[in-house]
Formats: sequence, C-alpha cells, structure tokens
Amino acid sequence: MILSRLAARPPLLAAGLFLALALPWMIYPPVALDIACWALFAAALDLLLGFTGLLSFGHAAFWGTATYVSGLIALRAGLPFPVAVAGGALAAALLSVPIGYLSVRLRGIYFAMVTLAFAQMVYFVVNQWRDVTGGENGLQGVPRELFGLDLSDSFVFYYAGLPLILAGFLAVWRVVRSPFGRVLMSIRDNPARAQALGYPVQRYKLLAFVLSAGLSGLAGGLFALGHGFASLESVYWTTSGQVVMMVVLGGIGTLWGGVIGAGLVVALNDYLVTSGFDGIGIVTGTIFVLVVLVFRRGIWGTARDLVHARTGRRPDPGQGDASDGTPARPEGVGSPV
Amino acid sequence: MLQQAFNGLVGGAFYALLALGLAVIFGMLGVVNFAHGAFYMLGAFGSYVLLDSFGVNFWIALVAVPVALGLAGTVLQRLFIRRLAPLDPLYNFLFTFGLALILQDLVKREYGVQSQPYPRPDLLAGTVDLGLFTYPAYQVFVLAVSVTLCLLVWLVLTRTRVGMIVRAATERPELTRALGIDVGRWVTPVFGFGIALAGLAGVLAAPMRAVNPLMGGDLIITVFAVVVIGGLGSIFGSVAAGFAIGLVSALGNLYVPALSQTLVFILMAAVLLWRPAGLFGREEALS
Repeated sequence: MILSRLAARPPLLAAGLFLALALPWMIYPPVALDIACWALFAAALDLLLGFTGLLSFGHAAFWGTATYVSGLIALRAGLPFPVAVAGGALAAALLSVPIGYLSVRLRGIYFAMVTLAFAQMVYFVVNQWRDVTGGENGLQGVPRELFGLDLSDSFVFYYAGLPLILAGFLAVWRVVRSPFGRVLMSIRDNPARAQALGYPVQRYKLLAFVLSAGLSGLAGGLFALGHGFASLESVYWTTSGQVVMMVVLGGIGTLWGGVIGAGLVVALNDYLVTSGFDGIGIVTGTIFVLVVLVFRRGIWGTARDLVHARTGRRPDPGQGDASDGTPARPEGVGSPV
Repeated sequence: MLQQAFNGLVGGAFYALLALGLAVIFGMLGVVNFAHGAFYMLGAFGSYVLLDSFGVNFWIALVAVPVALGLAGTVLQRLFIRRLAPLDPLYNFLFTFGLALILQDLVKREYGVQSQPYPRPDLLAGTVDLGLFTYPAYQVFVLAVSVTLCLLVWLVLTRTRVGMIVRAATERPELTRALGIDVGRWVTPVFGFGIALAGLAGVLAAPMRAVNPLMGGDLIITVFAVVVIGGLGSIFGSVAAGFAIGLVSALGNLYVPALSQTLVFILMAAVLLWRPAGLFGREEALS
C-alpha cells in the first residue's frame, strides 16, 4: 500500500533517492551527512508546524538530548551505532512527553514561547551536568562502529546512516498521509470543529509532538555519531531557530521543502565557515527576515503553486494550505493593527 | 539571607523592566518581541561605546541610549512589524528572532565575545547602610529606578487617557476599535516605549553585569518564562512575576545552588500545570 502510493510519483521519488545516494560524491561527505540529518530534523519539525499547526521553538531540546544520549551510549557502553541512535531517539521522545503535555495546553505564540523556555532549561541542565555531559567541552571521541566494522570514515558512515534517515522520512510521510495525519490537519485548520467531531485534540497534539521529537532525536543521534561529538550548541536556542528557518525557507507544510531548506542552509553555513566569515548569524538572520517579509510560501510552496497554476490542477489538500502565504491556522492572539 | 533576598530583588528589577516592555508591546500589538534581549544588549553596548569612544558619562547615557533605541524601535515598527501585523503573530515572532540574530552577530563581529568593562558612576561607587547590612549603592539605585518606572507606568496606565486606551486595547482590541478609539495611533509609540525600556535595562546592566553580545539572548528566554508565569497579556502579572522570580531564584540559589539557572523553568512548569494561563493571565492563551 505504501509502495503503491510511493509509486504514484515515480519521477520525484527517483530523483530524491538518487540525490540521497549521490550526495557524498557531489559534496564533502561530512557536509552531506549534515544535510541528511538536518533534512530529517526539518521534516520532523514540519510534521508539527506545517501539519499540526504548532510552532515549536524548542526542538533543540530533542535533537540535542539525542546527540548526548546517543553519544554516551556509544562512548560508555560501546554499543553499535544503530542502537546508540535508537537510544537517542527514544530519550528525545521520552523527554517530549512531559514538555509536550504542558505545552500543548497553550496555543499559537504561547506554545512557541513555552517550548523555547523548556528547551533553555534542558540547555542549562546539560551545561551544568558536567560529569555526564562534559559541560562546555561536550562529548568527544564518540566511536562509530557496527559489529566490529569501523565506520569512522564519513563517506562510509553516510551510507551506514542513510537507511535510518530514509526510514525517518518514510515515517513522517506515512504519518502525514495516514488517517491520523488527516486528523492533525483538521486540528490545524479548525481545532474547535475537530474537538466537536469527537477527536481528543490535546491527545492528538501531544502524540504529534512526541513523534516529531522522536524523529528529531533520530536525526540528532545520527548527527552526533556522524561527527563523533556532542556539543552544547546542539541544545542551544539557535539550533531551534535554525531548524525553524529551514522549514520556513523551504515552505511550511510542504514536508519536502524543509529538505531543500536544510540543504541550502547547511551548504551556506559550511561555505561561510570555510571562508572564515565569523558572523553567520548576520546571514542566517537576514535570510530569516527576508523569508518572513517577502517569501512566506517558501521555495517548495512557491514552486508548487507555479506548477499548479500552469497545469490548472488544484493543490493537493494533503499538502497543507499555504496558498495565501500563511500556514492555514485561523487562531491567533490579539488583533494587531 | 536578607542580603541574598536583596540581590534577588535587584535581579528581579531587570526581569521586571524587560517583562514590562514585552507585556505592553504584546498587549498593544500582539507581537512577542524576541529581539527584546538584543535591544537590552544594545542598551548596554550603547552606553559602553558612548563612554569608551566619546567620553559621555553614565547619566547622559541613561537618558540618551533609551531614547535613541526607542526611536529606532518606532522606525522598526513602522517599516516591518506593521506589515506583518495582519498575519499570524508567529510571523512577527520569527521576524524579531531573525533580527535578534543579526543584531547579536553584528555586535559580536565588532567587539568579539569578551566582556567589556564599564565602571560604576562615581556618585554610586560606594555602599549604603540599609540598617541590617550595607549594600552597594549602585544596586540600590537600579532597584529604585526599576520600581519607580514600574510604578510610573502603572500610574500612566490607570490614571491617564492614554493608559486607558492601552489597557482597553490590550484587553478587548476589537471592542475598543468599535467604540471609535483610534488604537492605531498609539501602537507605534507603545512599541518604541517598550524598546526604550529594554534599552534602559541594558544601560543599567552595563556597570554590574558583563557587557557582551550574548547577554541578551539567554536573558530574554528567561524573561519569556517569567512572562508565562505572570500571565502573558497581563502587564501587572508580568512585572510582579519579574520581581517575584528574581527573589525566588536568589533564595533558591542560596539553598539549592544546583538549581540556580533552572529554577525559573521548573516554576514555569508548575504554573502551567496548575494555572496554564499564568498567575494573572486570561484564558485566551489556552487551546
């Protein structure tokens, strides 16, 4: 069933798979791995932002926690890397249960603020718990191996990790296309009606939050093992902002837009770092500001609208409604001038 | 312990000033201003640059820097914030987030991440005898300024026509407009005023806290937690929570030092569990 649906769009799917396989040949392999991890992270966030209508500004907590937990499992227990990554994803999902439980009670901008605050709490805990996390030094020299096979070469590790990334994408895609995903979208578009139809809205939101956090953790765990370290930066609020930017740049509620956003942002960051520019925030912030001001549909959203305008086909309702430049989300606070 | 409580109140003075600015801006414009921390940082750097490069003293900076930043805020509101206002408030949050990154890294590129020294003004260099203990005069001054400003804002809000409009627009925006009151006229000045408060907090912070580009980013997230505790949309709640959290964190630091940074977030979690809309908040925050 999944396969038959996947087969419905063979050219795009083939192109995507080809790109995923060819990436380490085209660019520096560690950067390719970065793109793959951030792309999954962005897709996981879009599951929440684009399809459930919840802007989490604290996803660094889940990505970051997974980097540390995966790193510790590989470092201290010496377990093979898929186990370490799974442990990181599980830890992120577990952490998201209390945070999500408290946050989904609030809506819109309040939700964003509270998730941001909880993520900052996680950051402080990681920073202070030096015995375990290494404080400002982070974890270093995390081994990557699978049944004695040394995977410390980034090129090799990319292919070892790719199945996990693709599995993550399949999960996001499957959730969005499932009846569960449809309920999430109805909550995004009209929570009151979803509630009236008998759906326990809060529970659905929480479940979406936990799923999103777990998948972010999967991406984060791979990121940590791929680089052999976990650092404080991964739990910091700039990381939360960065992944939001990727999704907004690519197009909220488009799923694959976040992948493009991740590719562009990671490649740009890499270019800036290697060229010795030390004000990445200036560039990142400017992109953020420009996208929000004049390019709210994002890359994928704009492209899709162009294609639909040409072919005269109506946008696929399952892909979220970004046609008026805003994610479909009627609720809001205040009514500013 | 009394001294520690006093330290807490001084810390709370900063929370209160920042939370007050955030709350009036949020109330009037529906904008959660992430760049508030960046303006606080600019306030501190403004007074540092004035002293270091132009020899302008603390007292002039205390007035000039907030005024300048307030004006910058009104321009910002006119040019950008206003355009995004009709959209989901999340867009303005994202916009101000991007702005905060830009401002922070611009200053970082110029001055590096090391902290810049800023001497206390001579007049406040000594200590004051507060009866039970002596205390640095500067800290007493900071507390006095903050409390006075909060009281003044409270007087303006409750006793003047402008205050009445701001309160009405905060609580029932549609109704206020329907009554024929030109809310739009007050939006820009209120935004500028909120930014000026952040700048003032920054100037006040310069002599007692490290002046560095990152000073605002972490602080503003803590202030978000404070505002959530007080109840977003409640100006009084935000200020009260500011002082209260300052006090509780300082005392918490005394008894459980390990929790010094996380206590405010634990309190936020507890408040969310018990009263999701915040201590003085209204139900509109709930989903």
